[in-house]
Amino acid sequence: MSILVDKGTRLIVQGITGRDGGFHAKQMAAYGTKVVGGVTPGKGGTKTEDGVPVFDSMEDAVRETGANTSVIYVPAAFAADAIYEASDAGVALVVCIAEGIPVRDMVSVLPYARERGTRVIGPNSPGVISPGKTKVGIMPGNIHMEGGVGVISRSGTLTYEIVYNLTRNGIGQSTCLGIGGDPIVGTNLLEAMELFAADDETEAVVLIGEIGGNDEEQAALMVRNGYPKKVAAFIAGRTAPPGKRMGHAGAIVTGGTGTAADKVKAFEEAGVPVAATPGEMAGIVSGLL
Amino acid sequence: MKIHEADARVIFAKYGLPVPPSRLVTKAAEAKGAAEELGCPVVVKAQVLVGGRGKAGGVKLAKDPAEAAEKAKAILGMDIKGLTVEKVLVAKAVDISSEFYVGMLFDRVSRKPLMMISPAGGIDIEEVARSTPEKIMKVVIDPSAGLLPFQVRKMAAFLTGEKEVAKQLGPVFRSLYRAFMEVDASLAEINPLVVSPDGKVWAIDAKINIDDNGLYRHVDMEGLRDDSEEDPGEVEAREADLSFVKLDGNIGCIVNGAGLAMATMDMIKHYGARPANFLDIGGSSNPGKVLSAMKIIVRDKNVKAILINIFGGITRCDDVANGLLQAKKDLDLDIPLVVRLIGTNEEEARKLLEGTELVPAATMDEGVKKAIAIANG
Repeated sequence: MSILVDKGTRLIVQGITGRDGGFHAKQMAAYGTKVVGGVTPGKGGTKTEDGVPVFDSMEDAVRETGANTSVIYVPAAFAADAIYEASDAGVALVVCIAEGIPVRDMVSVLPYARERGTRVIGPNSPGVISPGKTKVGIMPGNIHMEGGVGVISRSGTLTYEIVYNLTRNGIGQSTCLGIGGDPIVGTNLLEAMELFAADDETEAVVLIGEIGGNDEEQAALMVRNGYPKKVAAFIAGRTAPPGKRMGHAGAIVTGGTGTAADKVKAFEEAGVPVAATPGEMAGIVSGLL
Repeated sequence: MKIHEADARVIFAKYGLPVPPSRLVTKAAEAKGAAEELGCPVVVKAQVLVGGRGKAGGVKLAKDPAEAAEKAKAILGMDIKGLTVEKVLVAKAVDISSEFYVGMLFDRVSRKPLMMISPAGGIDIEEVARSTPEKIMKVVIDPSAGLLPFQVRKMAAFLTGEKEVAKQLGPVFRSLYRAFMEVDASLAEINPLVVSPDGKVWAIDAKINIDDNGLYRHVDMEGLRDDSEEDPGEVEAREADLSFVKLDGNIGCIVNGAGLAMATMDMIKHYGARPANFLDIGGSSNPGKVLSAMKIIVRDKNVKAILINIFGGITRCDDVANGLLQAKKDLDLDIPLVVRLIGTNEEEARKLLEGTELVPAATMDEGVKKAIAIANG
């Protein structure tokens, strides 16, 4: 098993005729993902050079292809609308790669999606990959390996760094999920942990957190209260100065809360080993398994 | 984006919040004129984008126009937490019988707008949260329903037992919520909201931070940005679409992705040295971005070595390599560059960099250690 995406994923790429959407539609298909269609308003009825049908709307796309998942590569100003449209068309999962969406838009679209039974990943997410099965996102597929470690992360390239470290040391992954670097995301750290808790294939979970908010502290509490999988963590931003936004909109220490030190302490008190550098992660996970 | 109190007051007033009249001035003589016009007493307030202005002596009461000029003279040019006061606000003073805090923000847990209020106004709300959390009420607002009458009643009753005051609080809560949502704010605060002895409610301070991602909808607000208080490197970085934060170490960092950029800084510290900056070149890098990044970093004279740490996904390593070579040539660089490139097109990148003076590193650990050795050497 795995979570969120697998061989049964039938994917629509929203923004497939754009530069990023087009490039990654090819990459995902090459990895083995069933890219069954794309949506670009005004370009319905055409096909991409790889023969993927393009539709004017998500409604058409879902009706014609039986898609259950969409991935969003459209500019920030249109991304919230793309999430509304995908939820309305009834897909079970929307993975939002787009970044720069105003928070005001997210607080309105997330309840709308939830009411329609649509799970949102992101925004500002690198996507989700179940190695050897399906990739929905922008991560390089070749650094992953099939196995039993679930990875949940608030960032992109740092996840690649840690996953690559795991893979090189022979530790495969069940699913790697980037929840996104924004303060308000569709699926947070705790919800992702719940998904892994229910996955038989996942033996251990690696949490890659960073400064800002208190999701990591809540995750530590969840472990203390009896989480069914082994957990290891990494926290980025130990050297971040307070009050400064570190790239991600959600990565900021405000009023003394959300510091790396607090998060590391919370994990350590919950018995979760915290890697001091990305290169230590494989050793820690081997010890857990 | 932070905006000045004077600009936030204009927005608040537009939404109907009871903001006392004020004038923004840059000279002591103008402060006198403003005080005459407004009627005394007045408050003279330093306009800098940091908290704690009052404690730093940047807020003074003046009983007549001459004193307003005097206070303005003292405050103008003053240094508050490293920022020089260029402008002061002269506002009509209000007598205070009680002070409240009212603020709006987005709550990460409920993923909804949240109004936070306290009868302990006028002081740092984070201090209130630490020492007397029972004095804070938080109300989550469902954006599709808006701020509801029962929530307004509950909040008003938490702040006051006086009917006449409570009656005025409803419009304040509703206006603040509307202003917060409509201007795409990430924070909107009235601290303090005061009640004068005659029972009237006044918003005597105003703070608004705008969500940078929402700015495209408010072209008019871009003019409210004040670059003069930012590090010049940070301003230049924003214009080049880079994320940059200046720090005080001697190892410059150029990294793709915010998480990896933080982890790179942390690793430098872990091995006993100090990073000079946080810099994320973002996703789809082009050689031009690398060049801009390099320019910003070499301006910092403390930098003794630059570490480039790229894990290519969307970012192509050969693009980065080309940018580095261009920068080396254009900037006549004498600072050593340690380069770790992995991922998309790393082979092409390696070929481009072969035979140059750039110091290659196979892993992040090796790159960090080499950069430290050079900076210390």
